[in-house]
Amino acid sequence: MTKRLCIHGLAIAGLLASATVPASAADTITVASWGGTYQEAQTKAFFDPTAKELGITIKQDTTNGLDDVRLQVTGNAVKWDITELGADECARGSKEGLFEKLDYNVIDKTGINPKLVHDDWVGISYTSVVLIYRTDVFGDKGPKTWADFWDVQKFPGRRALSGSQATETLSVAALAKGIPIDKVYPVDIDGALQSVDKVKGHIDAWWTSGAQAMQLVKDGEVDMASIWNGRAGTLKKSGAPVSFSFDQGVLTADCMVIPKGSKNKDLAMKALAKFVSPDLQANLPLYVDNGPANEKAFETGKIPPERIKDINSSPENVKKQVLQDPAFWRDTLVEATEKFNNLIQQ
Amino acid sequence: MSLASASLDHASHRDGVINADALRADARRESRGMFALLSPGLFLVFAVIIVPIGWLFWLSLFDESGQLSAANYARFFDQASYIKTFVTTFKVAFTVTGACVLLGYPLAYMLSQLPRRAASICLIFVILPFWTSVLVRTYAWLVILQRKGLVNTWLMDLGVISQPLPLANNFAGVVIGMTHIMLPFLVLPLYASMKTIDADCLRAGMNLGASPAATFRQIFFPLSLPGLASGLVIVFVLCLGFFVTPALMGGGKVIMWAMRMEQTTSLYSNWGAGAALGVVLLAVTLALLGLFHWLLGTRATGVWSER
Repeated sequence: MTKRLCIHGLAIAGLLASATVPASAADTITVASWGGTYQEAQTKAFFDPTAKELGITIKQDTTNGLDDVRLQVTGNAVKWDITELGADECARGSKEGLFEKLDYNVIDKTGINPKLVHDDWVGISYTSVVLIYRTDVFGDKGPKTWADFWDVQKFPGRRALSGSQATETLSVAALAKGIPIDKVYPVDIDGALQSVDKVKGHIDAWWTSGAQAMQLVKDGEVDMASIWNGRAGTLKKSGAPVSFSFDQGVLTADCMVIPKGSKNKDLAMKALAKFVSPDLQANLPLYVDNGPANEKAFETGKIPPERIKDINSSPENVKKQVLQDPAFWRDTLVEATEKFNNLIQQ
Repeated sequence: MSLASASLDHASHRDGVINADALRADARRESRGMFALLSPGLFLVFAVIIVPIGWLFWLSLFDESGQLSAANYARFFDQASYIKTFVTTFKVAFTVTGACVLLGYPLAYMLSQLPRRAASICLIFVILPFWTSVLVRTYAWLVILQRKGLVNTWLMDLGVISQPLPLANNFAGVVIGMTHIMLPFLVLPLYASMKTIDADCLRAGMNLGASPAATFRQIFFPLSLPGLASGLVIVFVLCLGFFVTPALMGGGKVIMWAMRMEQTTSLYSNWGAGAALGVVLLAVTLALLGLFHWLLGTRATGVWSER
C-alpha cells in the first residue's frame, strides 16, 4: 500500500515539476536481450529486482544483435535504452560509434575482467563453447580435447562445428593444433584455418544456431559437436546421453550497451549499474547456465557451493578455458569470416 | 464518369471517319481519365517498390568508410564463397523447380480430370500445408529424414539398407524440403489453366483418329503450357530467395543467397554490403524472367499474358 502511494506521489510530483515531459516516460526503460530461457533468467535475476529497487518499469524486447542497434542508431529511431550483444559485437559497434559513453562513477566495475570494461560497453555474462559427445556412442571414453575431436582415426563418428560463429570455430581449431590455452590469443588465423581444413571433410553439419546444435546432438545426427554450455546443460538435464566439460572451453562474454540517442540514458546507467552489481550477478546462475561476468558474485554467498563447479565463469573453471578477446575480433572478424566461409564452402 | 460519356459519344458518332479528330480527342480524354484512376495505384508502386529498390541500389555503391566505390561488388569475385553460394542457389532452384514439375504436372492433370467434388477434396490436401508454418514443416522433414529419422529407421529395420541414407543436412534434404513447400505454387496455376482447356478440342482430336497419347501430346499439353510456365516461374523465383528450409535442412553445407545476405548484413558495418547482394539477386532474377519470356514466347509466360 505505502509503496503504491509512494509511486503515485512521485508521479504527481513529476507532473508538477515539468508539464511537458510525461511522467511515465521518465521512469520506464526498455531493455533488449536474446529472448528465450536466457532472457527469462535475466528477468528474474536482473530486471525485476532492479525495477523494484529503482521504482521504475523495465520493458523488454528481443534483439538479433549488432545490426538491430545499427539500424536504430543510424536511422535515428532508438527504441532501446539498454541492449545485450556479444562482446565482439560490442567491440565493433564501439568502433562505429553506436553507443553512449558509460559513467563508471555510477557503474562499479570492480570484479569484472578489465578486458570487458570499456568506455561504452561492459561485460554482463559468459557463455562457453564446449565439446559435447554422446555417451551411447563412446561410453565415457569420448573425445575430451579438441585434438581428440580432430582425430578422426581414434574417434570415428559424425561431427558438427559452428559454421556461423567463425570466431569460436577458429579458436577451437587453434586448440586442436595443440596451442596452450593462454597462447591461443592473438589467434594465428591462417594457422587456425589450416587446422579447420584438416577436419573439414569429416564435418557432417556446420550449425548456424544454438537450437540447431542442440537438435543435431539430441537426435543423434552427430556423435560429437562444439556447443554452447547452456544448450549442453539443457540436453544433459533432459536426460540425453551426453557428456561435456569446461576443459578447453572457449569463454565468450556477452556485454551490455546504451545505444547512442537513448532517451533515458541516465536511468539506463543506474539500471546497468544494478545489473552488473555482484548481488544481482549472483542471481543469474540460479536460473541459467550462463555465468556472471562479475567474479565478486561468487563471494556473495548466494550461489550454493555445489552449483559453483557447474558455472563456466567460476574462478576454478575460468582457468581451464580460453577467454575470447573481443578487441582481437573487432579488427579481424570480417577478414577471418570471409576466409572461413571460403574454406568451409569449398 | 468519363467512361459512360465516352460510350455515349461512340454511339452517337457511329460513322466515325468524318469525326476522326473528335474521336481522337475523346480517346485522349478517356486515357487521361484512366490514368487518373490508376494514379493512386501507380503512386503506391512507386513509393513502396521503385523508391526502396532505387535506394537499395544507391546504398550498394558505398563502402564502409562511406566513399563511392565498387567494393561491395568486387567482393563477389575476391571471395570464392560468394560465387559458390550463387551457383548453389541456382542449382537448388533448378532442381526444386524440376522436381515440382515432375510431381506437380501429373497431380494437376489428375485433379483436372476428377469430378468436381472429388477434385475440390483433393485440392484441400494440396492447400492444407499452406496453412502450416514453413518452420514447422521443415522441422517435420528433419524428423523424417535425418540419420535416426523415420525413413532411415524403417528402411534399416526392414533390412533394405545397412547404413543410414544421407537425406538431411545436405543438398538432398534441402531439395526434398523445398519441393514440398513449393509444390502448391506450381499445382494451383497449372490446375486452373488445365480446367479451362475445352474438352471438345480433345474429343475432336480423337474423333479424327488420334490416339489418347497423341491427343494429350498434341492438344492437351500445348494448351496447358501457359499454366505450367507461370507456375514454373513462380516456383523458380521463390526458390531463389528461400531462407528457412535451406538454413535448417542444409546443415550449413548448402548456403543460399538469402542466407548470405543475412550473414553479410550483420558482418559488415555498411548496409551496402548486404544491399549489393540484393541488387545482384534482383538483376539476375529479372534477367531470367526476360529469358523465360523470350524462350517460351508471350503466350507461354502466363504471368504476363494470362489476359
